[in-house]
Amino acid sequence: MKYALFPGCASKGATPELYTSTMKVVGRLGIDIVELEAFNCCGAGVITEADPDLALTLNARTLATAERMGIQNVMTICGTCQGVLGGANKILQEDEPRRERINRALKETTGLEYQGTVEVKHLQWILIKDFGLDALAKFVTHPLSDVSIAAFYGCYILRPSRATGFDDWENPTSLEKLIRTVGAHPVYYDGRTKCCGFPVLLEKDQIALSMVGKNVSEAKESGGDAMVTPCPLCHMSLDIYQERAEDKLQREQGPEKTLGMPILHLPQLLGLAMGFSPKELGMKRHLVSTAPLIEKIQ
Amino acid sequence: MRVKLTVQKFNPDIDLKPHPQDYFVETSRGMTLLSALLKIKAETDGTLTFRASCRAAICGSCLMQVNGSQKLACKVAIKEELEHHGKIEVGPMANMPVIKDMVVRMDPFWEKIRAVTPYLLEDGGKPVPTEALKDIHKKLDNADACIMCMACLSACTSYEVSPGFLGPAALAKAYRFQADPRDQGHVDRLEKLQGPNGIWDCVRCNFCVQVCPKDVQPMEQIIRLRRRSIGAGFTDSVEAKHITEFTKVVAAEGRLNEALLPVLMTLGNIRKMIRIIPLGIKMFLHGKTPFPFKRVPGRQEIRAIFKKWEKPK
Repeated sequence: MKYALFPGCASKGATPELYTSTMKVVGRLGIDIVELEAFNCCGAGVITEADPDLALTLNARTLATAERMGIQNVMTICGTCQGVLGGANKILQEDEPRRERINRALKETTGLEYQGTVEVKHLQWILIKDFGLDALAKFVTHPLSDVSIAAFYGCYILRPSRATGFDDWENPTSLEKLIRTVGAHPVYYDGRTKCCGFPVLLEKDQIALSMVGKNVSEAKESGGDAMVTPCPLCHMSLDIYQERAEDKLQREQGPEKTLGMPILHLPQLLGLAMGFSPKELGMKRHLVSTAPLIEKIQ
Repeated sequence: MRVKLTVQKFNPDIDLKPHPQDYFVETSRGMTLLSALLKIKAETDGTLTFRASCRAAICGSCLMQVNGSQKLACKVAIKEELEHHGKIEVGPMANMPVIKDMVVRMDPFWEKIRAVTPYLLEDGGKPVPTEALKDIHKKLDNADACIMCMACLSACTSYEVSPGFLGPAALAKAYRFQADPRDQGHVDRLEKLQGPNGIWDCVRCNFCVQVCPKDVQPMEQIIRLRRRSIGAGFTDSVEAKHITEFTKVVAAEGRLNEALLPVLMTLGNIRKMIRIIPLGIKMFLHGKTPFPFKRVPGRQEIRAIFKKWEKPK
């Protein structure tokens, strides 16, 4: 099966380690991908706040481009891209009058038209559904048997379920399945399906920092050595803002509240179990040190 | 079928903290969780306390936490819930002060509803032409279907950490009146929702959309209020700029420039800007701000799409 890789802004911007680790892992697994180089932003749920038709047309362009390349599957590596591009696909496939309206704008501006034949799938889902966990397990050369990993799903890959529909939004299991496949132990905590706070990090930082502090401390208290997320925006929130969240937590709950929780992108977790070095997976680029985790693995 | 229900019990007169209690119910075909709870109350434990009335998902009284999600007990089929989760755990709805067992205080919720002036403001003198009301249901998009069950507020991740937030139900209610052509408070309503605890506190986590038993889609209504706010000229806040500047950056570059957006958003807001500078430096040192910014091919197409949907000024 061939996939058109939709890299998303974050893997080409503030989380370049997501892109490099994806390429390493996907390459090793032999998944056939072709990158959509002339991609555009999915809108991240922000452009639709300005204009839903505009956001839909931008996503129709992506889908129509894959269609024109003769590829039926778009691979996303960002939970937000999955939710937004996948959600747009759902609308375009199911709402014919709307698709026609959007197609008129798309044709006029780009010459493209979207017929509705493409499926949008996150790498997380592809590994489980298309590639298969048994096949994946064969590539695990360095099982992470000594570590406990806390899954952090992020909102857009789960909700609204009528647009996503892969995992059970109430009790998702796909990340934990992948954690078990690489030999690690999944740990469960209340916040694993909640919000990372990213959408309001700049404007409402106190709300966002409370969310980061709460999610990370819960993951830590449940025994997690690291958290793993399929969404680079969650990664940014939980990693880049963790120190600030810790400051806030300590002001509110006392100096003994410490975090220091490494946050992994999904392909980094897989890559470690496939024997790639932390350097190859770009772990130097994290703001929260991954050294304690790496030490435990080696 | 004999089914075990694990119910979180709490009586402040005798309990230090909530504790789980198991009940066994002989269920009948198609039995709802509410019917099971009523049966327990009638036959096993008269002290079991919960609110309920219509039994038909109309009154919104019996909202509780069922296997970790906020649900109307009268809408939960025991058999399906058991098949889905392998267990039935029931407790009071999340994030609300508990009075006893499943009964929570509702006054924090009503205060939020009251705060949005939940009624039509009209001067009485000028009747609105019938023509203006023609597509009102389309416009309100189910925002008027709310049964005030509190599912959205108790599932709201922003409210969980920031109890001042007006929350999904109240803001959906605000939209319901703001969008009504008979209402005279259009811009005033929007202005009141700009400050702290208003429309910009929503993190777009979609929990409210997911749990609402009446498909009110509160988050979508909040997004409509944001769009209307920008349309009405409330464009100077960092929050509004997040939308307008984000859109401008993508229009120009085809994709987001994450290093540029925070700068554009905080222009003119020294306090915010000072807060982001140290983080920006740290990110740069960790190679998180790729430089120079690599542009995507095909920008002409993307610009044409933006131009196509440009609103006349």
